[in-house]
Amino acid sequence: MAIQVRIPTILRSYTGGAKSIEGKGDSLGALLDDLDSRHPGLRARLVTDDGALHRFVNIYVNDEDVRFTGSLETAVSDGDSVTVLPAVAGGAPGRG
Amino acid sequence: MARFESLIDSVGDTPLVGLPRLSPTPDVRLWAKLEDRNPTGSVKDRAALWMVHAAEKDGLLQPGATILEPTSGNTGISLAMVARLRGYRLICVMPENTSVERRQLLQMYGAEIIYSPAAGGSNQAVAQAKELAAANPGWVMLYQYGNPANAAAHYESTGPEILRDLPSITHLVAGLGTTGTLMGTGRFLRERVPGIQVIAAEPRYGELVYGLRNIDEGFVPELYDPAVLTTRFSVGPKEALRRTRELVEREGIFAGISTGAILHAALAAADKAVAAGQRADIAFIVCDGGWKYLSTGAYAGTLAEAEAALEGQLWA
Repeated sequence: MAIQVRIPTILRSYTGGAKSIEGKGDSLGALLDDLDSRHPGLRARLVTDDGALHRFVNIYVNDEDVRFTGSLETAVSDGDSVTVLPAVAGGAPGRG
Repeated sequence: MARFESLIDSVGDTPLVGLPRLSPTPDVRLWAKLEDRNPTGSVKDRAALWMVHAAEKDGLLQPGATILEPTSGNTGISLAMVARLRGYRLICVMPENTSVERRQLLQMYGAEIIYSPAAGGSNQAVAQAKELAAANPGWVMLYQYGNPANAAAHYESTGPEILRDLPSITHLVAGLGTTGTLMGTGRFLRERVPGIQVIAAEPRYGELVYGLRNIDEGFVPELYDPAVLTTRFSVGPKEALRRTRELVEREGIFAGISTGAILHAALAAADKAVAAGQRADIAFIVCDGGWKYLSTGAYAGTLAEAEAALEGQLWA
C-alpha cells in the first residue's frame, strides 16, 4: 500500500495529467521529496525555498489541514490520503 | 423577552439545541446553534448588521448611499434586508453558479446583481468587486472578508450567547468562508475557556469548481488568523450531503449543505473524545436552513444522485 495524493487540475502538468498519484515517506516532507523525484518541479509549486508551504496552497492529510498538524513534519503512513488544493474564498458558511 | 422594535432588532440570541440522537454518549454531546433562526434565515444577519452599523458610525454610509459587496448569497441577502430598511442601494457581485433561490431572494429585496464567471468562483467575485469599488469611489464596499465588524459581530454576540448557554463547552465547530464566525466566536471563547478546541470545517468543492484556479492567485481572507484555530478540516460534498440528511432524519433539523460539512467535523471531534475517554460539549453552527438549496437537488434521490447534481455548484 502507498499514500494516495490528489492533485488539483492546475498542477497536473507535473503529473502527466494524472488526478491522483502515489508516493511514500514517513512525513509529508519526505512524501513530497519522493513525489518530486518522479514529478520534477511539483514540490517547488507547493513549498517555498524557505521550506514553508506556499501561502495559497493548502495540503490536507486525511482531510486535516497540515498547517495545524506540523506542516511538512506531519506524520503520514501507508493508506493515508493527501489532498492538495488552491486556497479559495469561501462562500457563506451560511455562505458569504 | 421576544418582542422587538423592528426586524433588525431581532438579530441574534438564537437557540442552542442538543442532539440527543447524534451525540455518541451521555458524556460526549453535540449542540446545534440555530443561526437559521435569524431574520433572513442565516448567520450572516449578524455580520451584515454589524458592518452597516460600523459604517454608519464612521460616517462612510450616508443616506441613499450605494453598498457594493462580493457575496455568494447569504451575506447579500442579509445586507439587502438591512439596506432596504435603512434606505441604501445594494449591488452584489456573485458567481453565476449559485442557487436560483439566492438570486431570487436578492432581487425580491431590491438588490442588483452583477454576475462573475462560474469558472472564477468566489475569488473572482472578490476581485471583480474590488475593481468596481476602485472605479466607483462613491460606492461603499463593506467587504466581509476583511471588515473587522464581521468578526466583531461574533465576538460580541455569538460567542457570549454560546458561553452563556453552554458554560461547559469544550469544542466550537463552524464553517470557514470569510472566517468571521470562527475568528470572532473563537477569539471570545479562547479568552474564557482554557483548552477549548476551535475547529474549522472548510467546504471542498468538486473538480469543476477548482478547475481553473491558479495557485499563485489564491485568496486568503484578510480576517483570517490561523492562531485562533486548533484544527481545520476539509469536507467534500459526499460527507456534507450525508450529514445534512442525517441531521434532518435523526434530529429533525433541516439545514443547508454547509452545515452538513460542519456536522461532519463535529462528529469527528466527538469520536476523538470518545476514543480518548474524555467528556465533551461540542457546539456547532447551523449556518442556514435548507430552503435555499432545494433546487440544487441535494435533498432528493440517492446520495450519489445528489452528489452528481452538486458538481460544479458552490454549495457553501
